[in-house]
Amino acid sequence: MLNIRMVFRREMLGFFNSPMAYIFLVIFAIVNGYFFTNTFFLFGQSDLRTLFDIVPLVYLFFIPAVSMGLIARENNIGTMEIISTLPLNTYEFVMGKFLAGFSLILLGLAATSIHFFTLMAVGTNVDIGAIFSGYLGLALMGATFTAIGVYTSSVTENQVVAFIIGVFVVLVFYMLDKMLIFVPHSLAGLVQFLAVDYHLSNISRGVIDSRNLVYFFSMIGFFIFLTIQTLEVRRWK
Amino acid sequence: MIKVTDLSKNYGPVEAVKSISFEIQDGEIVGFLGANGAGKTTTLKMITGYLVPTEGKIEVNDLNIIDDTHEIQKQIGYLPELNPLYTEMRVYEHFEFLAGIRNITGRPFKDALARVVEQCGLNGVIHKNISECSKGYKQRIGLASAMIHDPKILILDEPVTGLDPNQIVEIRGLIKKLGKEKLVFMSSHILQEIQATVDRIMIIHEGEIVANGTSDELMSNFMGNVLLNMEIKGGSVESIEHIQAKLPSVKFISMENSNGIQHVQFEYDKGQDPREELFRYAVDNNWSILKMTPHTTNLEDIFRDLTTEGDINA
Repeated sequence: MLNIRMVFRREMLGFFNSPMAYIFLVIFAIVNGYFFTNTFFLFGQSDLRTLFDIVPLVYLFFIPAVSMGLIARENNIGTMEIISTLPLNTYEFVMGKFLAGFSLILLGLAATSIHFFTLMAVGTNVDIGAIFSGYLGLALMGATFTAIGVYTSSVTENQVVAFIIGVFVVLVFYMLDKMLIFVPHSLAGLVQFLAVDYHLSNISRGVIDSRNLVYFFSMIGFFIFLTIQTLEVRRWK
Repeated sequence: MIKVTDLSKNYGPVEAVKSISFEIQDGEIVGFLGANGAGKTTTLKMITGYLVPTEGKIEVNDLNIIDDTHEIQKQIGYLPELNPLYTEMRVYEHFEFLAGIRNITGRPFKDALARVVEQCGLNGVIHKNISECSKGYKQRIGLASAMIHDPKILILDEPVTGLDPNQIVEIRGLIKKLGKEKLVFMSSHILQEIQATVDRIMIIHEGEIVANGTSDELMSNFMGNVLLNMEIKGGSVESIEHIQAKLPSVKFISMENSNGIQHVQFEYDKGQDPREELFRYAVDNNWSILKMTPHTTNLEDIFRDLTTEGDINA
């Protein structure tokens, strides 16, 4: 646990010692804020649905951008050699990286809470439960995309390549339930279950079903497992 | 102690290390010499657990690198060839991270930090960003990183690369000092560096250990014949070319005439010194000797012979 904390701390220091984290947080807040407030007063509804629709789209590019360097950079600058010769388990390293990336996403998400306070100030009959489940869904989606990003960052030492692969993979999982009409009927159920947006919309409606939670945690676990395997295999090559 | 037995590493079809075996005892400083691509770094990477051997066994203080990787890594300090550092971090943050992974926190970390700062002369840069440090300081930071947990074994891959002569002398002194109580295994392709620092030299060529011993042992085992370069005026070509008829221990190698001066190269066995007889022969044949310089084989020649393709079996 101490090792995960050390890796996490180092990564957070890396984020905040460079302009990276600040640029991410500011742009994330501006993009989400612009699209949310653009229509908020027009719709005249006391909810954050517009925000919850926008954030997943912003995630598609922002999360691969945050996670692209998590492991690829270590391979690129050679610090992976130092890491691999420390008494540190691969899972501790990967978990530390994942938690750091996810924490930055959570910070970005926390910055959008200003819209919640605006809503509380100007809105009426605000459904706190729906807002809570909406944020929970976004956090789980953010964690899933971060796990994918960590994995794509581990397969290459080029950050740009990691970003492109990352965007592609998260886009596939995001778009799956929008392509159901092209899928044979017998596979439609499976494809829909694999679609991240399907589970997000379930949670965002305020229904916290264990199937959705199992999906998100399975996806996170699966991609973290893949990352660990990718790094382990490299030692044996 | 490091004990390597029949160690091999293949990168696909390429055999980088071919069944090498050696032992290094505690308190020994051993230099690992070889041309680029000879297999030095691959061997060091396997000992540190970064790469898994294709075949063979590595034991460090009776622990096996496959079964006890982390136990061995706790005892080893490693400076990689390219000295990778987290350049966006401050120097002390970098050490804090590495020490933290090794469970050195709080007071013990402060003590360890003070020790490596003192040993590696990092006083002025400890609060600086690593990216702001000079190459020399970065190399010292890399060395200090390898020593932060006070390991019993130090593995240094090209530790003085990129340093200026003063820094080289400083680091050499530090390594020698550390070698009194630790096992130091360092690679280099700079002969003078290795010769000045280590107790024993191992030479690797194309993945195989071709020499292993102290500098003196290598000299006596691998030293070939002595080449004698002479400048002679006035002698007949026949008396020079057929010297072996009169002096059997001296072999004529080559001759070149330049402005009436013969630039001649003879060779004689390392156990003999026929210069006195040669001098008398020169007087008898009316040679005027302008220059006579014996060229004995040095470590550089031995290294070149051992690591040049085709010369190994010569």
